[in-house]
Amino acid sequence: MTFRATPRETAGATVVDISGQITLGEGSAGLREMVRDMLTKGQKKIVLNLGDVSYIDSSGIGELVSGYTTVKNQGGELKLLNLTRKVHDLLQITKLFTVFDVHTDERTALSSFN
Amino acid sequence: MTQDNKRIEVILETLLDSVGLAEEICLRIADAAGFDEDDCHKIGMSVREGVINACKYGNQMEREKKIYLSFDLTPRRIVIHILDQGPGFDLVDVPDPLAEENLLKTSGRGIFLMRAFMDEFAVRRGTAGGAELVMAKHFRANPNGHSGARSAQTREE
Repeated sequence: MTFRATPRETAGATVVDISGQITLGEGSAGLREMVRDMLTKGQKKIVLNLGDVSYIDSSGIGELVSGYTTVKNQGGELKLLNLTRKVHDLLQITKLFTVFDVHTDERTALSSFN
Repeated sequence: MTQDNKRIEVILETLLDSVGLAEEICLRIADAAGFDEDDCHKIGMSVREGVINACKYGNQMEREKKIYLSFDLTPRRIVIHILDQGPGFDLVDVPDPLAEENLLKTSGRGIFLMRAFMDEFAVRRGTAGGAELVMAKHFRANPNGHSGARSAQTREE
């Protein structure tokens, strides 16, 4: 399934609805470019809605970590929303669940920005 | 190899396209062998990570180098070998991605995921050089004590 990312502005932040796979190649490159574009435009409050992401591999995890640190280093925040069970389990076993700010509700995610 | 055992061998080019191809082949074999959806996902992802490892770190993305992938199906388990033509490596030299100093690294989780998802995992030197990843997943026992493997006859249908 092809990687697709659709950003929308809401409550002073950008929610990105992502679907498909975040894997080596197209998916992880797409995520990297998207985060870079948003930072270029000054969008530093970012919520990645992963509810329709069917699959993430180690490259995809690496790209999420890269996005998280890049946004943070520029004074912004990147949060994750609506993890599927498989993605949730992956973040648990890699100990990244405690690193990312993970939400199950969009309104809560948006209100958690400083 | 006994009559109940099956062996499938695939030779892959060092290309990113080989990663998805290897995973697709693996998923078909694991599903046909009788693994459930959860185990198919774990086995498929382990093969994906193993072939990524072989492409990037073993064969250094040199297309002319090959990746030798094989699946051995027995009544108790599936054993997968992934052999590259690179310099080889030792598991003890692979950094722990769960260590505090490595948590925010953007790579280095592939071996960890294979070890987490498979029941057996080892790295050895190939007889002609290269790194050979050897991993196995066991069929879960049914309540009646039989393994979950479909018979060879069923697999061939």
